[in-house]
Amino acid sequence: MSTGTESMPEDATDRVDELADLLGSRALTREDHVNAPGFVVNPGDVQDVLFDLREKAGYDHCSCVTAQQYEDRFETIYHLKKYADPTDEVSIVVPTPLDEPVSQSAEPVYRTADWHEREAYDLVGIEYEDHPDLRRILLPETWQGHPLSASYDQEKPQVVTLSEHANPLEPDHEDPESDTMFLNVGPHHPATHGVLHVKTVLDGETIAHIEPDIGYLHRCEEQMCQQGTYRHQIMPYPDRWDYVSSGLLNEWAYARAIEDLAEIEVPEYAQIIRTLGSELCRIASHMLALGTFALDVYGEFTATFMYTFRDRELVQDILEDLTGQRMMFNYFRVGGVAWDLPEPREEFFEQTRDFLDELPAKVAEYNDLITTNEIFQTRCIDTGVLEPDVAKDYGCTGPVARGSGVDYDLRRDDPYGYYENLEWDVVTRDGCDNYARVLCRMEEVEESAKIVEQCLDVLEGWPEDDREVQANVPRTLKPDADAEVYRAVEAAKGELGIYIRSDGTDKPGRFKIRSPCFSNLQALEEMSQGEYIPDLIASLGSLDIVLGEVDR
Amino acid sequence: MSSDEPRQTIHGSTAPSTDTREARMGEGADDRFNSKLREAFGTSPFILTKFDQFMNWVRGNSMFMLQFGIACCSIEMIHTYAIKHDVDRYGAGVPRASPRQADVMIVPGTIVSKFGPRMKRVYDQMPEPKFVVGMGSCTISGGPFQEGYNVVKGAEEIIPIDIHVPGCPPRPEALIYGILKLQERIQNGESSPVVVKPYELEEFGDLPEDELVQKLASEIDEDDLVMRYNWADSP
Repeated sequence: MSTGTESMPEDATDRVDELADLLGSRALTREDHVNAPGFVVNPGDVQDVLFDLREKAGYDHCSCVTAQQYEDRFETIYHLKKYADPTDEVSIVVPTPLDEPVSQSAEPVYRTADWHEREAYDLVGIEYEDHPDLRRILLPETWQGHPLSASYDQEKPQVVTLSEHANPLEPDHEDPESDTMFLNVGPHHPATHGVLHVKTVLDGETIAHIEPDIGYLHRCEEQMCQQGTYRHQIMPYPDRWDYVSSGLLNEWAYARAIEDLAEIEVPEYAQIIRTLGSELCRIASHMLALGTFALDVYGEFTATFMYTFRDRELVQDILEDLTGQRMMFNYFRVGGVAWDLPEPREEFFEQTRDFLDELPAKVAEYNDLITTNEIFQTRCIDTGVLEPDVAKDYGCTGPVARGSGVDYDLRRDDPYGYYENLEWDVVTRDGCDNYARVLCRMEEVEESAKIVEQCLDVLEGWPEDDREVQANVPRTLKPDADAEVYRAVEAAKGELGIYIRSDGTDKPGRFKIRSPCFSNLQALEEMSQGEYIPDLIASLGSLDIVLGEVDR
Repeated sequence: MSSDEPRQTIHGSTAPSTDTREARMGEGADDRFNSKLREAFGTSPFILTKFDQFMNWVRGNSMFMLQFGIACCSIEMIHTYAIKHDVDRYGAGVPRASPRQADVMIVPGTIVSKFGPRMKRVYDQMPEPKFVVGMGSCTISGGPFQEGYNVVKGAEEIIPIDIHVPGCPPRPEALIYGILKLQERIQNGESSPVVVKPYELEEFGDLPEDELVQKLASEIDEDDLVMRYNWADSP
């Protein structure tokens, strides 16, 4: 491609012109972001505009909804993409006045906007007309104020209720036709993989309705990042979003966003180390997903679970050698990585290669133990079905989408790091069920191993005098005021995106995290409708959510 | 065959199994309850000790842990239970899913406002005597999230904690060390004083009237359980 650094490629300019024609007078002004063209629209035109963009222009992926407050207005940004080509992005910016922050809901267009807008209402305080159920989602119902709005006073006391578990059985019996029963799963329950509360309504033995109740681990990650300086203070936090050893993948999301915002070029050598570390993280993360899933569906505490943890320990040892920590690596730096591979290098290469050499035998063992197991298959095949269209509507990404046949992987479709130069495949499955998702993860482990092996080859042959691990980055990083960027990477669970708005200081004006688990979990209701409770547990396990990332 | 014959006879025995059955019906301890230790003490051994000391020793060596995962630290906690570290070796590794069957609660992660009352409820459901290990910086002070609007600044604001294991997250080795320290303390009959006044789970009607309570009165029933956080007074 012959793209200049400043000028847009010709087809992109054409694309923007077509969009401008499509929106016509509904687009009030342009407000371009670093990653995408942006159009400002009236709060009353949101549904109209989004419908057109989805139906006529093919933007079928509502990646993220960002809400924020400026001095003179509230603003909602819809970050839209195409599943077929995630580099084709557009931002729809909806300003609303401070005294009446009401805007049309995007939920009728993109189902996934439901939770995103509830979060925007909860944290920033923008209200959405037409929204089916605009309530707080992360904070308790009785919370006072909207914490990411300008007027919030953090010192004020709060009262939080512990509602006794409601039992709708009784009121339901007033209506003789209905005999549903209410069942709580969580928030303290071994099968919920953390502190998730699933309010389940049963009709006989089948599930009539479920509602995931989240926010039991909402630790203000966005606020933490907005209080930190770009250079060093933000990087430790991504490790703690998806804490299942996916640290480096998460760090890359922040690194990619800030490097694009501040126009920092990362040395190739550092990119290879990043790729190597990230794929090791993916292996560790998928191992845990597999082990806990086996635990969920046939209570295998001894064999499969222990085997996967044995392999995780090996990966964690390698990562510890590389980064110095077992889980919270804090290894990436803006513009590179913290340090070079550990000395003696040969030992590190040998240890990693040993692990890779043994991996195929282990994967075969898992297949013997799990995927060919009859009980396992009975529990997983044709349960928790998620159709591709539904998956897209809910903004599902990662192995959840790929298990439903949606061929979407940012490592290939929106290349970053060193992935472009390596030989590997994107794994997709057409099963759409729990089984397909598990197989997807297992095959991804093998693909990741391929990537790691190629990275090792390149690193071994890399000239000794050219091992540059960090770009030259100013000590105090201050991106231009009002520059905005939304950038995503393929984390273990799917598309992990970061939106940063710079306000000219050394700290972000707004830092928004698009977590893949948040969107994926939303699809749970669709997947478990009409199934049994054990299928719900299996579906939850196959979604592989991490509550730290759902709640942030 | 009676119990005061040495245990070695069992090894050479080719007698049919009826002998064993008769022996079981006889007096004294069964051979199967015999042990090298008992042999060392002689034919019908007994020990003298203080009851309290004996009970503490027993308690320390048989701890049922609550299976309680909250955040990042729970991953390291699982590693502590699993292969390689295997905390079961120390008589402390049976994860129980129900708080009513557990003696020890490891709090592995950040406590936020919404989860505070739930954790208190889980803690209250555990039978006495119960012990708590606070795992990681978040349970000590809120850790890296201390400045968060929603974060309880240490689990000790809500429940008393016996052992703090620092780290973010602590390595499995560190957690095992903490558990061994707890066992040691239990065996010595030591317990921790509660140093922080915890946030209480109380009925809404019992809260002192103030602006906030008046505002919420229409939403919350008088006898609903609530927890009131005083963020400004938090350490």
